[in-house]
Amino acid sequence: MADLDDLYQEVILDHNKSPRNFRVLSNANRKAEGYNPLCGDHVTVYLHLNNGVIEDITFQGSGCAISKASASLMTAELKGKTEQAAEDLFEGVHKMLTGDPDANSEKVGKLKILAGVCKFPARVKCASLAWHTVNAALKGESEPATTE
Amino acid sequence: MKAVPQYFGAREGRAFDVTRLREDFPILRQKVHGKPLVYLDNGATSQKPQAVIDAVNQFYTAENSNIHRGVHYLSERATAAYEAAREKVRRFINAEVDNEIIFVRGTTEAINLVAQCYGRTFLKPADEVIVSAMEHHSNIVPWQMLCEQTGAKLRVIPINHDGELVIEEFSRLLNERTKFVSITHVSNALGTIVPVKEIAAAAHERGIPVLVDGAQAVPHLRVDVRDLGCDFYAFSGHKMFGPTGVGVLYGQRELLDAMPPYQGGGDMISLVTFEKTHYNVLPYKFEAGTPHIAGGIGLGAAIDYLLGLDWEALAVHEHRLLSYATDALASIDGLRIIGTAKEKAGVLSFVLNNVHAHDVGTILDQEGVAVRAGHHCAMPVMQRFGVPATTRASFAFYNTTAEIDVLAQAIHQVRKVFG
Repeated sequence: MADLDDLYQEVILDHNKSPRNFRVLSNANRKAEGYNPLCGDHVTVYLHLNNGVIEDITFQGSGCAISKASASLMTAELKGKTEQAAEDLFEGVHKMLTGDPDANSEKVGKLKILAGVCKFPARVKCASLAWHTVNAALKGESEPATTE
Repeated sequence: MKAVPQYFGAREGRAFDVTRLREDFPILRQKVHGKPLVYLDNGATSQKPQAVIDAVNQFYTAENSNIHRGVHYLSERATAAYEAAREKVRRFINAEVDNEIIFVRGTTEAINLVAQCYGRTFLKPADEVIVSAMEHHSNIVPWQMLCEQTGAKLRVIPINHDGELVIEEFSRLLNERTKFVSITHVSNALGTIVPVKEIAAAAHERGIPVLVDGAQAVPHLRVDVRDLGCDFYAFSGHKMFGPTGVGVLYGQRELLDAMPPYQGGGDMISLVTFEKTHYNVLPYKFEAGTPHIAGGIGLGAAIDYLLGLDWEALAVHEHRLLSYATDALASIDGLRIIGTAKEKAGVLSFVLNNVHAHDVGTILDQEGVAVRAGHHCAMPVMQRFGVPATTRASFAFYNTTAEIDVLAQAIHQVRKVFG
């Protein structure tokens, strides 16, 4: 049986309460919006990209504890990473959240804390929204990202 | 303006044996995450009594055949059973004749049918369609699509802070360009009972047809379409203890006759040649293709079941559930009830300080409590109240005050997790 404690760990509750990098980035040169049409959650991710490196990353929006904590953890993890490293991390996190047998939680750093989400299928999209959005920002897509 | 009286008109004190009634619903006996299921998501869909399950089972076991086609025994039996269900629906909502009862997939299809067949035929650029600020998306989007197609404009009756319609604004919105009014009977997100009878009367003074979205009303109120005076009434089988995939559009014969068919195909024609096709009579003109026969029969069984209940006692029980739940939840610190209309049915939406509805929903689920968390397909309602989402407990007559105690306990559990 899925255990609530796997989902609402201290770190997640802390990032929900005091999200990191939760602001508009004034010198952003990439930006993308993400919606979860099922629940109305939305997030905006701002990037300052310089020579293929994410020099700064912030987010704004509203959502549940899981989506907020996931976005907060994501910004902390991606700051200073290259575009390629960000894409690799996106893939790793996505595999972990969806319970992919190839998932390797050792490759996702601190984001391992989100591993419990895969036991709550209804919440996977909450955790992945910010990641779909940053992916769209990196690719410079003009349409808002969705979890669908 | 006074709302529909049936719900609260009931006398106090009549016995309502909810324990016995629950035995009719086999799904309610199960455990979820090791806890007894507390099903409070009836606004999304209701559970089915054994009588409905048996009727669907019986159809596929012993009567399955296509309708209106075969000369053989089974086809005649299936046709008779399906048409008997139509007659049950007629009686249930007190329509005049059974060819005013169109079987559709559900409320959504019923509204789309009217928007397309009535709206596209009769609306012109700059005409206006009125809806309210508490509509479900299914009573907004079909009209927006119609407006894009015809150049008509959508007008919205505002709601006040309790989630009640601002009726004076409705009177102000009515004008010579108004060509249609489409309004909910009971709000799915707030529970508000809308005074649709008065609205229909005001619209009819100007000759404007009125559609009522009754999806959330039929499980709670006795609906009489002739008393309400509406031109169209739409509802779904699955929210009134019947199967999914079947619903009803009631329409006044003169209007239905004046409308072109919705979809083309079998059963909706009387004569087809490559030069010209003649359409079938009502209701078949609007029922192209093989319908959900088992669903229609199951809906008929749900109506039989509902008509066997003591509706006065049921109304008293549901009213008690709602006021008990309102009191129980209102006493929880940091909880705000969204939708505090004087006349309400079956719905309790709320937000919890600093906790998102999804997190509430997940934690309640672990306690065996099923609720809906999100925008309830009513994003403009969420916007009106300045919340991204709410948690919604929605009741049916088989719910108990003991289950509401479990809900309240589970909300305390949420508080514990989030500190």
